[in-house]
Amino acid sequence: MRQTAIAAFSTAVLFLAACATTSDTPPAPVDGPGGKPAAPVQTQPVKPVDVTGKPGPTANPLKDPKSILSQRSIFYDYDKFDVRDEYRALVEAHAKYLRENPSARMLIQGNTDERGSREYNVGLGQRRSDGVKRMMTLLGARDSQVESVSLGEEKPQSDGHNEAAWSKNRRADILYSGEY
Amino acid sequence: MFLRRIAALGLTLFLAAPLARAQLSIEITGSGAQRLPIAVVAFAGEGSLGQSISAIVRADLERSGLFRGLEVPPLSPHPTETAKVSYPEWRSRLADALVLGSVAARPDGRFEVRFKLFDTVKQQDLSGVAYTLRKDQARATAHRIADFIYEKLIGEKGVFSTRIAYVVKRGTRYELQIADADGAGEETALASFEPIISPVWSPDGRRLAYVSFEAKRPVVYVHSLLDGKRTVAANFRGSNSAPAWSPDGSKLAVCLSREGGSQIFTVNPDGSSLRRLTSSSAIDTEPRYSPDGQWIYFTSDRGGSPQIYRMAANGGEPQRVTFEGGYNVSPRISPDGKMLAYITRNEGKFQVGLLDLANRQTQIITDSDRDESPSFSPNGRMILLATVTGGRGVLSAVSSDGRFKQRLSAAAGTDVREPAWGPFIE
Repeated sequence: MRQTAIAAFSTAVLFLAACATTSDTPPAPVDGPGGKPAAPVQTQPVKPVDVTGKPGPTANPLKDPKSILSQRSIFYDYDKFDVRDEYRALVEAHAKYLRENPSARMLIQGNTDERGSREYNVGLGQRRSDGVKRMMTLLGARDSQVESVSLGEEKPQSDGHNEAAWSKNRRADILYSGEY
Repeated sequence: MFLRRIAALGLTLFLAAPLARAQLSIEITGSGAQRLPIAVVAFAGEGSLGQSISAIVRADLERSGLFRGLEVPPLSPHPTETAKVSYPEWRSRLADALVLGSVAARPDGRFEVRFKLFDTVKQQDLSGVAYTLRKDQARATAHRIADFIYEKLIGEKGVFSTRIAYVVKRGTRYELQIADADGAGEETALASFEPIISPVWSPDGRRLAYVSFEAKRPVVYVHSLLDGKRTVAANFRGSNSAPAWSPDGSKLAVCLSREGGSQIFTVNPDGSSLRRLTSSSAIDTEPRYSPDGQWIYFTSDRGGSPQIYRMAANGGEPQRVTFEGGYNVSPRISPDGKMLAYITRNEGKFQVGLLDLANRQTQIITDSDRDESPSFSPNGRMILLATVTGGRGVLSAVSSDGRFKQRLSAAAGTDVREPAWGPFIE
């Protein structure tokens, strides 16, 4: 059921991406007023300089707070493992980054709240990180690029013992190589 | 007497004196039904050892929940193991058993401790032992004496000389500690800034397997206590957790996610000979061998909620073991193979359940509400567990009949969790 939903979602993503490409056609030529041939317009020639081949100070989109790629946490409902709709753009952006950067490596850490057995919670956290990994690969990331692991209940974001804290601790965190 | 009055009032008894150096302090709550009254008379000359052997013996016996130590007033002349025992006199002091002993310094700087145990009801000399020891072995010697007395009077082996492992969390620091069964003499086997969970003792008591998160993901290590050498038992892609030793020490059952999901495998302690045992789309974790090595009990949510199952130790079709309630996890089989201790969720409380595997009777033996990680003592008499009181992680021990309870807590500001009771040491 959940896999079907993810597949449908990824199909939609690819379709939208295709539409965006085909609508990007060159503008049609425009004639002058009254059908007369338009006077030629003189322009100063511009000598192009290309430095894209040289390394330069370019912003790292993974760290840029304005980029969705700087968002790294997906939060979950109690006893739930499916990614809520509000995080789908985030997952898609990271999958796109992995597609476009084949050398990039990602670690997804699944986490749970503190209730129950520590080891069973390792299993539950793994179910969360495996789910995110599956979405990433369905969206075009390579299996070798993504590792999914679980930290169970061991690394809470919030130390409280109530639902407000627990909702921050039921999460999957995305890290790239160099960050772990 | 004094002790009985305290217990009858339902108050808490602090056995503080012999634990002055201990990091874990023990508090006894609730008492066994039938406690054997025993007089452990101060051993003549024990002051030369720097600590009271008789007080440690008495505290050990009381901690079992099966003995009541009697107050003994100063006697003149002070009796030793060589004295002729006046049985009617000790009966009139309400003692069913009596321990007399002495400590003598030897010319080589070591000490000699002798003691004798007497049954004052049957008026019998139940014999004793003499030990030669260094001063720093006084506690260990006292635990051996308590084991001797326990075995003579109860008819099963005592666990006072065994050790326990547990994890202390102090701020951002995690320490895997080893201590005597009474919480004294703690030593840190491993310190880390990342979590450590699920320590389990090898059957020979020389090694621990555990899960450490120091690589930012769970990895199973085997740690030799004597030399601190660590080997990686399972560090596959994904998560590696929930180690359990086979009773012969040749294999570990572990939970791995390397092939997707959380599934049970066996692996040699050196990481070789990996073999997959379960194949489900569920979480299969927390494997534990039965003491005869025939079965592996484990937690699985293949039926929709986490329940305990068992399968043959080399794999095969699992059978469901627990049926009552929607959350039954962390299976542990008693040393005699007859009982299953586990954690059950009961109206939002996580408590220790005990299932008689023969007649399928279950009972809940704790009254706390955040219990985790039960661990049988090697004689099966007590269960050590982690729980939470006042927002702090503490260890608790409960007798297998649920009647007798004690709490072990560390210094303020620390959490204690993940206890594992070690095996008998020969």
